[in-house]
Amino acid sequence: MSILVDKNTKIVVQGLTGEAGTTHGNGMLEYGSAVVAGVTPGKGGTPWESKKGVKVPVFNTVEEAVEKTGCNASVIFVPGAGAADSVMEAAAAGIPLAVCITEGISIMDEVRLRTFLKERKTRMIGPNCPGIITPGETKLGIMPGYIHKPGDIGVVSRSGTLTYEVVWQLTNLGLGQSSAIGIGGDPVQGTDFIDVLDLFNRDAKTRAIVMVGEIGGTMEEEAAEFIKKNVKKPVVAFIGGQTAPPGKRMGHAGAIIQGGKGTAAAKYEALQSAGVKTVVSPADIGKTLKSVL
Amino acid sequence: MNLHEFQAKQVLSKAGFPILAGHVAETPDQAADAFTKLGGPLAVVKSQIHAGGRGKGTVYEKDLKTVRLQGGVKLAKSADEAKQLAERILGYPLVTKQSGPKGRIVRRVYVEAGCDIDRELYLGIVLDRKAGKPCLMASKQGGMEIEEVAARDPKAILKEHFDIALGIQGYQSRRIAFGLELKGDTFKQFVKLAPALCRMYVERDCSLLEINPLVVTKQGAIVALDGKIGIDDRAIEMKKQPELEAMRDIGEEDPIEYEATSYGLNYVSMEGNIGCMVNGAGLAMATMDIIKQAGGAPANFLDVGGGANKDQVKKAFKLLLANPEVKALFINIFGGILRCDVLAQGIVDAVKEVDVKIPIVVRLEGTNVEIGREILKNSGLKIIPAADMGEGARKVIEAAGLKR
Repeated sequence: MSILVDKNTKIVVQGLTGEAGTTHGNGMLEYGSAVVAGVTPGKGGTPWESKKGVKVPVFNTVEEAVEKTGCNASVIFVPGAGAADSVMEAAAAGIPLAVCITEGISIMDEVRLRTFLKERKTRMIGPNCPGIITPGETKLGIMPGYIHKPGDIGVVSRSGTLTYEVVWQLTNLGLGQSSAIGIGGDPVQGTDFIDVLDLFNRDAKTRAIVMVGEIGGTMEEEAAEFIKKNVKKPVVAFIGGQTAPPGKRMGHAGAIIQGGKGTAAAKYEALQSAGVKTVVSPADIGKTLKSVL
Repeated sequence: MNLHEFQAKQVLSKAGFPILAGHVAETPDQAADAFTKLGGPLAVVKSQIHAGGRGKGTVYEKDLKTVRLQGGVKLAKSADEAKQLAERILGYPLVTKQSGPKGRIVRRVYVEAGCDIDRELYLGIVLDRKAGKPCLMASKQGGMEIEEVAARDPKAILKEHFDIALGIQGYQSRRIAFGLELKGDTFKQFVKLAPALCRMYVERDCSLLEINPLVVTKQGAIVALDGKIGIDDRAIEMKKQPELEAMRDIGEEDPIEYEATSYGLNYVSMEGNIGCMVNGAGLAMATMDIIKQAGGAPANFLDVGGGANKDQVKKAFKLLLANPEVKALFINIFGGILRCDVLAQGIVDAVKEVDVKIPIVVRLEGTNVEIGREILKNSGLKIIPAADMGEGARKVIEAAGLKR
């Protein structure tokens, strides 16, 4: 068991023929992911072959890719200006899961996208995220596969490389992961902490959860409420940006302390009162998780 | 990207929102001319900087000790007085509670006509991240920071979320107008202006819009007395707003941050002495945290990004070394898309070009880590390796001579 994706997930890569799509299309295939289709408008029928010689058909539309290959998840590598449109296309074609890796989508496009997806059944992960991996089965994203290990710890994070850091700490302690998911650092996201916590909570294979938040917004506080009411499994949480100055955007568009809101201190307090084991040093996340098992 | 008040008012005015007459002045003489052109008995001389709290701020001499003028927004009753005020303000730092201790050098004043104020209200639009929609906010307590109002009396803030495709609806504008206790013709003006403002917020890719105070004059007219507009940086990067991009004032930006942006790097200056180079915003924030926890102070936030090339790494490295406060560098890389070999080669190339006098601690992990470590080892450079970020933080503080 795992959440959202497993070895049977059939993947279409939107933007497969581009630079990022080609690089990570290769990376996913090497990990063993079932990449069954690519979509680049205007490049339908173009031959695409991985470094190891796997041929993947390229289509003009997601609709066609679904028809011909039965793909049921999309990974989007389309650049900023066209990415929101690509997610909408995947949703319109009935793809249940769209993982949007793209960084730099404008806020208005993200708002538009949120409105569009509200009336459809598609779950979007991201944008501006590393994707999702179920170790040993499949990865939909850009994370280095070798740092992961199959197991029973669920990892959810707003960051990319910090997720790798956490996973690596866990793996080095012999703690494998059921699934690891980066929900992205943008202000308007498709999937939030609560969505993922709920999935991990219901997943029989997941024994404990690591949640990596950061300053800005109130998503961690809302997650704390949810954990208090619903989650019976141990949860360990770290919040990045404890030392960030107010009013400055720390790389992620979402990571900004405004008007005294979104501080790490407030988030830690909310999480602690929900019974979450919090970690202050990013070097101690793995260790702390081990201690609560 | 932020706009100056006078720029925000131009944008508001184009969207049909009433503003007072005013002129920008870069010299005292221009300020006097502006007063004369306005032709009224009085005018307001307003310092233009990208920081709030200007009215209650202080203009200092360049030593930041001697006070030149209390308040960065002043009333003038003659052209001569406008000129004198501009002389006191222009070219000197204005320190406000949002400007930081060094303040901002005022390079322009906006000379604006006065008006008879009956009521001061607040009107703003922000993105509600949870709802994934913009929200029009209003309060009867104008002139105060909305966060302050929210903390003291959350019910005093009127809120209406709107769909960006549909815009705000009539009943929503009316609800806010009733809540603000607007009457008669003022009420009618407001319900016309609110949808125009919401449309402008969307069309101009705003990330923040505040009219504080929004004034109702004794004659019942609605006027934007102040204007604050932030534009979504991504929309600027995508060239979606060329007219607004042209309003960018580089002088208001941190020079290193601005240079970093032009290389595609994410850099934020801070007051510490440990330079940090990290890939990924989350890991970069966590690295700052661990440095602080180990007893040091990060000099900056620097995210070289996922897909950095050798050249960007080199430029990033030079930016860090250009800061005289930096006593040691901590490079913390978890290679995903950014390969460790690319990063290592970038550092080696940079060090060859720059005379590095401070210790460098490097923690490398991730894609092609073995090749990366090999490159650093064979470079002959004095680099202190660290096995993980905890060890890296300890070592960099020790190397900087800051060990507690």
